[in-house]
Amino acid sequence: MPKDDGIGASTKRREDTRFLTGNGKYTDDINLRGQTHVHFLRSDVAHGRIKGIDSSAAEAMDGVLRVFTAADFDSAGGIPCGWQVTDKHGQAMQEPKHPILAEGKVRHVGDPICAVVAETYAQARDAAEAIEVDIEELEPVIDMKAALGADAPKVHDDLTSNLCYDWGFVEENKDAVNAAFDSAAHVVSLELTNNRLVANPMEPRVAVGDYDPWGDSHTLYTTSQNPHVIRLLMGAFVLNIPEHKLRVVAPDVGGGFGSKIYHYAEEAFCTHAAKVLKRPVKWTSSRSEAFISDAHGRDHKTKIELALDADHNFTALRTETYANMGAYLSTFAPSIPTWLHGTLMAGNYKTPLIYVNVKAVFTNTVPVDAYRGAGRPEATFQIERLVDKAARELGVDPIELRRKNFIKPEEFPYQTPVAVVYDTGNYHATMDKMLELSDYAGFEARRAESAKHGKLRGFGIAHYIEACGIAPSNLVGQLGARAGLYESASVRVNATGSISVYTGSHSHGQGHETTFAQVVADMIGVDANSIEIHHGDTSNTPMGMGTYGSRSLAVGGSAIVKATNKVIDKAKKIAAHLLEAAPEDIELKDGKFSVAGTDKSVDWSGVTLAAYVPHNYPLEELEPGLEETAFYDPSNFTYPSGAYGCEIELDPETGKIDILRFIAADDFGNIVNPMIVEGQVHGGLAQGIGQALLENCVYDDQGQLLSGSYMDYTMPRADDMRGFTVDHSCVTPCTHNPLGVKGCGEAGAIGSPPAVVNAAIDALHRAGHTHVTHIDMPLTPSRVWAAING
Amino acid sequence: MYNFDFVKPGSVADAVAALAGEDAQPLSGGQTLIPSMKARLNAPETLVSLTGIPDLVGVCREGDALVIGAATTHAQVARDAAADFPGLAALAGQIGDPAVRNRGTIGGSLANNDPSACYPAAALGTGATIVTDRREIGADDYFQGMFATSLEEGEIITSVRLPIPQASAYAKFVQPASRFALTAAFVARYASGVRVAITGASENGVFRWAEAEAALSSDFRADAISGLSASAHEMIADLHGTAAYRAHLVGVMTRRAVAAAG
Repeated sequence: MPKDDGIGASTKRREDTRFLTGNGKYTDDINLRGQTHVHFLRSDVAHGRIKGIDSSAAEAMDGVLRVFTAADFDSAGGIPCGWQVTDKHGQAMQEPKHPILAEGKVRHVGDPICAVVAETYAQARDAAEAIEVDIEELEPVIDMKAALGADAPKVHDDLTSNLCYDWGFVEENKDAVNAAFDSAAHVVSLELTNNRLVANPMEPRVAVGDYDPWGDSHTLYTTSQNPHVIRLLMGAFVLNIPEHKLRVVAPDVGGGFGSKIYHYAEEAFCTHAAKVLKRPVKWTSSRSEAFISDAHGRDHKTKIELALDADHNFTALRTETYANMGAYLSTFAPSIPTWLHGTLMAGNYKTPLIYVNVKAVFTNTVPVDAYRGAGRPEATFQIERLVDKAARELGVDPIELRRKNFIKPEEFPYQTPVAVVYDTGNYHATMDKMLELSDYAGFEARRAESAKHGKLRGFGIAHYIEACGIAPSNLVGQLGARAGLYESASVRVNATGSISVYTGSHSHGQGHETTFAQVVADMIGVDANSIEIHHGDTSNTPMGMGTYGSRSLAVGGSAIVKATNKVIDKAKKIAAHLLEAAPEDIELKDGKFSVAGTDKSVDWSGVTLAAYVPHNYPLEELEPGLEETAFYDPSNFTYPSGAYGCEIELDPETGKIDILRFIAADDFGNIVNPMIVEGQVHGGLAQGIGQALLENCVYDDQGQLLSGSYMDYTMPRADDMRGFTVDHSCVTPCTHNPLGVKGCGEAGAIGSPPAVVNAAIDALHRAGHTHVTHIDMPLTPSRVWAAING
Repeated sequence: MYNFDFVKPGSVADAVAALAGEDAQPLSGGQTLIPSMKARLNAPETLVSLTGIPDLVGVCREGDALVIGAATTHAQVARDAAADFPGLAALAGQIGDPAVRNRGTIGGSLANNDPSACYPAAALGTGATIVTDRREIGADDYFQGMFATSLEEGEIITSVRLPIPQASAYAKFVQPASRFALTAAFVARYASGVRVAITGASENGVFRWAEAEAALSSDFRADAISGLSASAHEMIADLHGTAAYRAHLVGVMTRRAVAAAG
């Protein structure tokens, strides 16, 4: 096996050549003959009743082909939600219709009202300004708690209230949890906000719909993390197009971070309008439009409490969270604050009793759904901030308090009280590794040096657990998922031995084209350059449920392993025939088949050629050819974990925080490409630090987005990030997937926010500002200064 | 962006003539005007580019002053003013990012008078003279509040004459998203006294901090103003900082500018 491109090698990303030279092919690069352009006229008020739409002037303008309104979608379904949550009373969540274009009411700034299709984009946009929409403004609901008031205006008139669901987990444990609090030696509590974020992938969303009247077939090119899911949702639930008549292509996609998982109205619009107009219809989002139409992330308000006994063992945890759904239910929105959040509330600890309550609330804001980490950052932030606060209140070392309550290495597999079973982990090892790499022992000297310059230095820690590799289909089905969560792959070996792998998993920055090839190269022992990875087109790849939740290698990679093993099994039978030996005696090593204990061998291409030129071939027993497909449905989640350390300097005069060092010691299980893993952690840290210090999506009380551009929404920049040390040498392999991998894509965004905030609180306390027990993210200079002087 | 006509005159006189047309606007570096046109918030019939007029570009020393052509980019000022007026060069070098500095101009910045822009602090902090196609305006008379100046309709800034101080520095605390000044102080020391101009903080745009000027004129040390605090009255309050925070930063940034000026 070539050492330089198998499992464990830091092979350079093959896709980067085209990306870095500007030769990627993105959706906006696709321009079809006869293409038209759509501009969506979007609501500029948060809540209103549509009294009338007069588009006659617009329709008469140059180049305008048609103005669409909700009436044009009478026969279409609404944008579906992919997950039904059952509330604590056993009732299904309230699920409003999400029309493609607003029906009767607008429910958030950015809600599309009309769509103008014209020969050019400029013509469409000009015409949209000539449309007169008569809107009766209604009082909006923006604040979640106010939205649940008895007299609050309703976002959806046909629902009983703005409460989507009131979820209790585990509801049966509630009384026992409360009893544990009543008898606790110590109770620590914290109220906090997990700030709303806008994903802001570098490439805004784009959709191009195309229709072939001769075949009555549709093609949608779209910026998606999961083209198969879009085909299923849009075809089956929205436009009533059977799969064999609908092709969805997600070519190169410039980042998603969750925001490109969901099926969006613009995709259904372009697909449908292309059929109506019999011409391709293209939509390219502007950045301004992205802020008010891409699903947002996070936006939780939580009260969390921890009970401890006299020896500082955690005895119970309970939380009450308000989770913002926005105006409509985005594809996976209901699952984020529940099954991707409540099930992680044990963290790394042996807390025996846990009760999580989540109230999901409709407001007149953009829909909220998964964003890198999705539910797990919210859980981790609560737990790790609270444990830090507990250590401070009890006067004990935050590291020791964590260690005391960690699940011990010998206690795996570990059944938590919140349903999930952690298969492996060693939290003591990752904590030790982080402290070693951070030179924790030298902190005091560095702090004294900072103090000489008037700066407050602090060190914050956090330890996280996440559930990745989602997920066992039968389990998620019980939890309300309306889809399975397997992956699949086809491995097509060509006659001369080169290999084309077709995966259902999409790559939009993760480097699959490199790592998946490394896996196959390693298994067979051939050069990775003889392997091509194909993804993103439903017409030539097998079914895939999507790239999110750090699941592509753990689930999609496992499907590739399964398919490759099938290929190897068959190839061994062919080799056995060629070598006149029994298949069980055939060994495959470094791309060569040999008969055990002999010098008889045939190389890989000898076998593959025989498969396609079957002159000397056991045709009565084996089909010609060498191509196999496999589906993989995981038996459990994977549980990456890690210890994060953040060292900051805080300027007490201005409140500005500078990250000086950030140490991430992760246990991702086995690693295929360490360089790519390091890059994934860097990206996750950038977004986690962004959430902690910089990013904030803010609405005013009328539902106007105050942070609607980069003038006010602070994206992390390179000079905000310094001193990253990333380690993944602590390895406890996953026990239930063939690669022993756990996933690394979200870790940085999950573990870093509490580490940053803990560091800030640490710096303030060491300097005597002990009245500051919490600051809500983002810790902007203004907020930090106000906290110090408050 | 809506359609517009574009003219690029070669002389100030031609530019002034072109600006007399219906709904014409001057375009210098375009760092504010172009984005606002792209957002359809501004729709001039005609754009009159000022970047094709050689007389409007350049940095040169005239006696005790530095004269900068109005269409000189921030990048050129950062480079060409460094020897004669390092405090100004440093200010120019902190504006925006390299792309902004290579397009944006001093005249454009002063004509726009964004309350968070950097150049107004330098102009007011030096008591600069704004030279236009028809007159000269002292900085104390030029700035008329947020986005307001004493320029008349169609009047073009041709150059800015900044008296070179004995010592100066600009201390800028950036708004995290835009990296405009959340609050910034330009401090300049002259034989006649010290001038302190604050940008980013006030609802009335750039202003002179008289109390600090008085204290620093008699004792040019940061400690000399440690007891002074600016009033939060009419300070900007937004997502990025309260009025009280900005008022506090006025003191912090002024002291840091004094310390940097030495």
